[in-house]
Amino acid sequence: MSSVHVEDLTKHYGAVHALDGLNLDVAPGTVYGFLGPNGAGKTTTLRILTGLARPTSGRAQVAGVDVLKDGHALPRHIGHLPEEPAFYTWMTPLEFLDYLGRLYGLSADGRRTRTRELLALVRMEEVSKRRIGGFSRGMRQRLGVAAALIHHPEVLFLDEPASALDPAGRKEVLDLIEHLRGQATVVMSTHILADVERVCDVVGIIARGKMLVQSPREELLERYAVPAFEVDADDRAALARWGEDLRRVPWVTAVTAQNGTLRIIVKERQAAKVALLSMAVGAGLVLNRYQEIRPSLEDVFLQLVGSESVS
Amino acid sequence: MNFFTVFRKEMLEQWRTSRFLIVAAVLVAFGMSSPLLAKFTPEMLKLIPNVPPEIFAAFPTPTVADAIGQYIKNMSQFGILLALLMTMGVVVQEKERGTAAFFLTRPVSRETFLLAKFASMALTFIASLSLAALGCWYYTYVFFEPLPWGPFLIMNGLMLVIFLVYMALSLLGSTLARSNGIAVGFAFLFLIIIGGIGALPSIGDYFPGRLFGWGANLVMGGTDSAWPALGVSLGIIAAALTVACLVFRRQEV
Repeated sequence: MSSVHVEDLTKHYGAVHALDGLNLDVAPGTVYGFLGPNGAGKTTTLRILTGLARPTSGRAQVAGVDVLKDGHALPRHIGHLPEEPAFYTWMTPLEFLDYLGRLYGLSADGRRTRTRELLALVRMEEVSKRRIGGFSRGMRQRLGVAAALIHHPEVLFLDEPASALDPAGRKEVLDLIEHLRGQATVVMSTHILADVERVCDVVGIIARGKMLVQSPREELLERYAVPAFEVDADDRAALARWGEDLRRVPWVTAVTAQNGTLRIIVKERQAAKVALLSMAVGAGLVLNRYQEIRPSLEDVFLQLVGSESVS
Repeated sequence: MNFFTVFRKEMLEQWRTSRFLIVAAVLVAFGMSSPLLAKFTPEMLKLIPNVPPEIFAAFPTPTVADAIGQYIKNMSQFGILLALLMTMGVVVQEKERGTAAFFLTRPVSRETFLLAKFASMALTFIASLSLAALGCWYYTYVFFEPLPWGPFLIMNGLMLVIFLVYMALSLLGSTLARSNGIAVGFAFLFLIIIGGIGALPSIGDYFPGRLFGWGANLVMGGTDSAWPALGVSLGIIAAALTVACLVFRRQEV
């Protein structure tokens, strides 16, 4: 059974169709990257799945709970980190987590233990008695992660958890998400491809309110991969001549040369793997680098969504 | 669901953000100063130079009725204004800041979210009005005569009902509004509607403002009552809170 199951979800704001028949399935224990350009419908989806908004039509289930019919049962199963987590600034992290623990019905001992664990996890023990009002964006984000985990949720929704953070802050938050692998199902919306590549097992790409593709990350890269090889050599003239020869080979689609690097796109990956290196040696080239190019998620994303919508 | 946990947080917030202190300070100041003003206003006027003595002779000697009148006048202006000001932002600000969205994905029902806010504001006003009443009673006792405890308590209870009417309406406005400015507009719109209709002859007898008169009359030994106005006031509170809960339940935050 899926941890998150969404069927034909639509959400209309007047004439604007924020979601247009979205389908989504997330298996338990997955770190799911919900990827899409700005305005694709990621936040709207998460708002519906966390009970903050109602869909115009469609069905949604989270941890076995029907979001539309049994919304009141949802909070005990989910954790939610909004894009900009908001806090009562007069509270300290200690008070804040204790308050959340009370809301989830934890005992006094349970709250103390869990609060200590979480503050250690997000490395905030030293500021645990400082007012949240003075915290930086990164500190708030980390506290938001701790808040989302207080009750060991089955499903954790993270809306752009690292988008507005500096590189150090981003690394910290992504490390935290890595740490959660296997402990909870994580659905992470983002438009930062590198973050998805780094932590997500499964990727769903959404655009204009529709799911374009949903697949394990490696399968997706495999499916949309364009087989290509790169060769570097110091002798650019020889490299260029060899490139001309390659254009006549039947399994070669295209050859481009740039700054001493020859990029060879092929039709038959296996044939190229067997023949290419020996052909280069046969052409008298002294190679600095020979590499089969692995496609990036960005390549896949651009193929599916179009370069104009990439942030 | 979790009402007392949220209520406890709201009370802590009243304290930490100084809301409790502001309400208490304003109400106590006006409570204590009412009998003082009643007593010393004629004395202060005498200090104005070049005023003929026959003018002062026309001033009646201050009585306990003046102290009560001053108290009611102060509370009917500043108490109501305070009730509106302290409540108008409580929901809309949380919607604007994002704390409402953050907490409504927790085991907190939307009704609990609203009613805990109302209850905490009500408790703040109960405590502050009690202190104000105590101050008013003491200074009235010192400068005039002791007020009868029972009727004086009832008068303050009726005053509290009026404050609660405006707090409930202001909370409704704060729930309906999408921005703080609109919430302010709603609060003052309700003030004008309730105040305006209450000023009309005969219809006014059924509106919250009539409770001030009933309370004052009781303290002065009268037997006049305004039960319909009390019923309407409690009805307005219940209706405003119900509508606020219904609206908030369906609202996307």
